[in-house]
Amino acid sequence: MTRVSMQVDGVTYTDEVEPRTLLVHHLREALGKVGTVVGCDTSNCGACTVHLDGQAVKSCTVLAVQADGAEVTTIEGIAAPDGTLHPVQKAFHEMHGLQCGYCTPGMIMASIDLLKENPDPSDTEVREGIEGNLCRCTGYQNIVRAVQQAAGELSGSAATPETTGAQA
Amino acid sequence: MIPAPFEYVRPTTVEEAVQAVAEGGEDVKIMAGGQSLIPVMRLRLAAPETIVDLGRVAEMRGVRDEGDALVIGAMTTHAEVITDPLIAQHAKLVAEATETVADRQTRRRGTFGGALAHADPAGDLPAVALALDAELVVAGPGGRRTVPASEFFVDYLTTALEEGEVLVEIRVPKLAGDWGVRYEKFNRVAQAWSIVAVAAAVRRENGHIAEARIGLTNMGPTPLRASATEAALSGAAAAPDAVASAARSAAEGTSPSSDLNAQADYREHLVQVLTRRAVTAAAGL
Repeated sequence: MTRVSMQVDGVTYTDEVEPRTLLVHHLREALGKVGTVVGCDTSNCGACTVHLDGQAVKSCTVLAVQADGAEVTTIEGIAAPDGTLHPVQKAFHEMHGLQCGYCTPGMIMASIDLLKENPDPSDTEVREGIEGNLCRCTGYQNIVRAVQQAAGELSGSAATPETTGAQA
Repeated sequence: MIPAPFEYVRPTTVEEAVQAVAEGGEDVKIMAGGQSLIPVMRLRLAAPETIVDLGRVAEMRGVRDEGDALVIGAMTTHAEVITDPLIAQHAKLVAEATETVADRQTRRRGTFGGALAHADPAGDLPAVALALDAELVVAGPGGRRTVPASEFFVDYLTTALEEGEVLVEIRVPKLAGDWGVRYEKFNRVAQAWSIVAVAAAVRRENGHIAEARIGLTNMGPTPLRASATEAALSGAAAAPDAVASAARSAAEGTSPSSDLNAQADYREHLVQVLTRRAVTAAAGL
């Protein structure tokens, strides 16, 4: 067993882990951060995406011991303390950027990473930016719209893409 | 899926890393970014006794200018390579190919050195290292040695790294003169592995192609140079016809495999098309 200490969603946790423990399992099973899900378990789908020291990574492809000393942010840690949704969460909700919702935590974490790097991505840049995240329901249309709406909100512009399909 | 148990060692210097590998027992694996190794361990295709994690070896990370060459630390991540100003200026082909590797999240963890040491025939960076005549600096119990890229890739997933050796950094010579570059890749959507890809660097002089260097991805168990096409382009007119004609010999000397993505003869066709496109773009035509 190896002692690891990491800050997850603002709280520091110190635990003994087996070196083979994947970060996603540590988050879910030891820390109860079940908002982060395991999708494909083969590093393809991106459902398990979290931020490690501010960068999006697939937590099924990181060992918990590699995150020792790091700051981890999961989907559970991005809303404001009063429950106000993060602009990307809000945009996925408003644009209905989901159907079953399983890919959503990873989609949102990858999108936040993309928008930090590219605050005003084109349709193609959004699709390329989230190429590491698979959605088997939506055909990505509303996901792309959501990311672009969030981009507008984060940069303070009023531009809002038109919505189609079911709305909340 | 969970990897089989292993001992975990996390050195902080190259010296410690070499020592940890030496002391790691019969079956020791070196982990760089882990983006190929962890999936393989999860599937239990690999179950090493010891993992030596290079993640905290700070001296292996970053890019420095050594005059006629850039030196890229083996632990420099793909994301760092893509945004590095020195690489943008002196080794654009490396950045262009790295942008096509896997996806955003994987590029945050995966490393330049890890991709070279893993030596997957469908990986993008070995062919680039080969085309640019890179040199790989490896450290072992007996000290350091330098291996040219042309001797580094030995076979499928096999390199010239000897037991106990660690890839430390990669020297990429700067291209002197009027060079254009292009990485042309053919792959399935949402699967970033190259079915075939071509890395081209072309130097133009007075309306002619003075020199072309062409590296091929996934046209055999190791990356290859398209030597026949390079020879045909040397001194050729910088014109579409001359490039198209030279590209027809791009499959010479290759031995592509047949798999679920493509048959060998299809790869032989693809490599000609992609070589034509890559050289055309690199030559600014």
